[in-house]
Amino acid sequence: MRRIPGFLKKLLPALTGVGMIFVWYFICISLSADHRFLLPSPSEVGHAFLEKGGALWGGAVTTGGGALAGFGVSVALSFVIALILSLSPLVRASLYPYLMILQMTPVIVIAPILILWVGPGFRSVTTITFLICFFPMVVNTTQGLISTDRNLVDYFRMCKASKWQEIWLLRVPSALPYFFTGLRIGATLAPIGAIVGDYIAGNSAGGQGGLGFLTIIYSSQFQMGALFATAIVGCALGFVFVAAVVALSWLSLHKWHESFSRTDA
Amino acid sequence: MPTESLPIVEFAGVMKRYGDGPTILDNVSFKAERGDFISLIGPSGCGKSTVLKLISGLNPISGGKIVVDGMSPKGAVEKLSFVFQEPTLLPWHTVEKNVELPMRLHGVAAASRAEVAERCLSLVGLSDRKEYYPRQLSGGQKMRVSIARALSVSPKILLLDEPFGALDEMTRDHLNEELLAIRQQLAWTAFFVTHSVAEAVFLSNRIIVMSANPGRIHSEVRVDLPYPRTEETRQSAEYQKLVAEVSKILRSVERLKA
Repeated sequence: MRRIPGFLKKLLPALTGVGMIFVWYFICISLSADHRFLLPSPSEVGHAFLEKGGALWGGAVTTGGGALAGFGVSVALSFVIALILSLSPLVRASLYPYLMILQMTPVIVIAPILILWVGPGFRSVTTITFLICFFPMVVNTTQGLISTDRNLVDYFRMCKASKWQEIWLLRVPSALPYFFTGLRIGATLAPIGAIVGDYIAGNSAGGQGGLGFLTIIYSSQFQMGALFATAIVGCALGFVFVAAVVALSWLSLHKWHESFSRTDA
Repeated sequence: MPTESLPIVEFAGVMKRYGDGPTILDNVSFKAERGDFISLIGPSGCGKSTVLKLISGLNPISGGKIVVDGMSPKGAVEKLSFVFQEPTLLPWHTVEKNVELPMRLHGVAAASRAEVAERCLSLVGLSDRKEYYPRQLSGGQKMRVSIARALSVSPKILLLDEPFGALDEMTRDHLNEELLAIRQQLAWTAFFVTHSVAEAVFLSNRIIVMSANPGRIHSEVRVDLPYPRTEETRQSAEYQKLVAEVSKILRSVERLKA
C-alpha cells in the first residue's frame, strides 16, 4: 500500500467533515415540504448559532462549570477511595458491591431526591455529574494501584521503605497511566452528566440555565435548528474536556511511559 | 575494633524451611572474610537465592545462626545492597533519580544524593546518560544503572542474584570485568548467585557449590587467579582448568539430584 503523506492524513478528518455537511445539505433539500421541519439544513443551524449565540454561550459556561465541578469532585474522591480500596482485598470485597450500586442507580430516579437534599441548580448538576463520572474513574485508579510491578514492591521492601513511601513513591506513580485512562472516560461523561443534570434538576433563575435547560426550551418551541446547535455546543464541550485530559496525560507520561514511545506509533 | 578481624558473614548450621514445607536449607555453614567474592552455584532449587535472602534479613531462619558484620542480619540491613536479575528501575524516574532512590528512601538530603549518584554513575560509565529514562536504555545499561543504585548506599556487602542472567554473552563478559574494576576501587564483599560456571570462576575467589533437596553445601572451590582479571585471564590455562573442574563438580551434583 502506498504511504499517505502526513499533511493529507491530518487533513482527512476535515475533508470528511465537509463531505458530511454536503450530504446533510442534500438530504435536506430532497425532503418534501411537510417533512422539511424534521431536519434543519446546515444554514438553519448556522443561523441558530448567530441568533442564539448569547444563550448558547451562557448555557455552555453554566454547563461547563457544573461539569468541571462534578468532574473535579470525582477526580479527588475517586483517588481517595481508590487509595482506600487498594489497601487490601478485604476492603475491596466489602466496598465494591456498594460502588456498583452507586453506578447502577438510575440518575433520573434519584434526581428528585438530590434536589431535595442539595437544592436545584449548580449543586444538583455537580452531584449528578459526579455520580456519572465516579465509577469508571475509581475502578481504573484502583486497578492501577494494585497492579504495581511485584519486583519493584519487593525492592522497596528490601530497602526498608515505609508504607507511606511505598504508596507515594511507588504505587501512585505506577498507577498514573490507569488513572489517566479513568480520567479520559470521565472527561467524556462529565459534560453529558452536566447536561442531563441540568435537564432534570437545573435551575434557570437569573438566566443561569445550562444546555439542558436550553434543550427543554427549544424542544418545547420546536426550534430544530437551535436544538442542533445546542447538541453541537455540548459535543464541543466534551471535546474540550477530553483534549484537556489528553494534554495532561501527555505531560505526565510521555517521557517515560511505553504508550508514548515513538517506535510503535 | 575486634569486628574487623571477624568474618563479615558467618553461617553456623543454618536451617530454613517455610512453614511445614520441605527443608530448603539444611545445616549450611561457612565464613566469608572481608573482601571475599563468593559465587554460589548449584542446581535449581538448591537454595542459593535463599542464602542471599537470609543474609539480607528479609526472611527469618528456622535454625542455626547467622552473624552479619558482628550483628544479626536485621541489624545489619543498612550495610548491604541487592542487585536482582531484573533491573527493577522505576520507569518514571530518570537514571539519576533511580540511582538516588535508596538514599531517598533512607532520608538522605537531596544535595548529597545528587553528588553520590554522579559518582556511582561514573563508576559504571553512564555519566552521560543520567537524564535518560529507563526505556531509552539497553538491557546492559539498565543493569549498570541497577548496580550504580546498589553502590549508592556504600554497602559493605553486595548481594547479586543472577544479575547478568538475562544478558547476552558479550555484555555479560563486559559487565563482569566492570564489576571487578569497581571492586578494585570500593571494597565490598560480594555474594553472587549464578548459573554460569565461567562467570563464577572469572569473578570469585571462592565458589560454593550447593546440592539440592535439601539445599546443602556440597563443596568449595578456591580460585587463586590473581586480580585484576581481564580478557587475558579467560585465555589462561589455569582459568580454563578451573572452569572444567567446577563444571565437573556441578555435573556430579546434578546427577546426585537425579
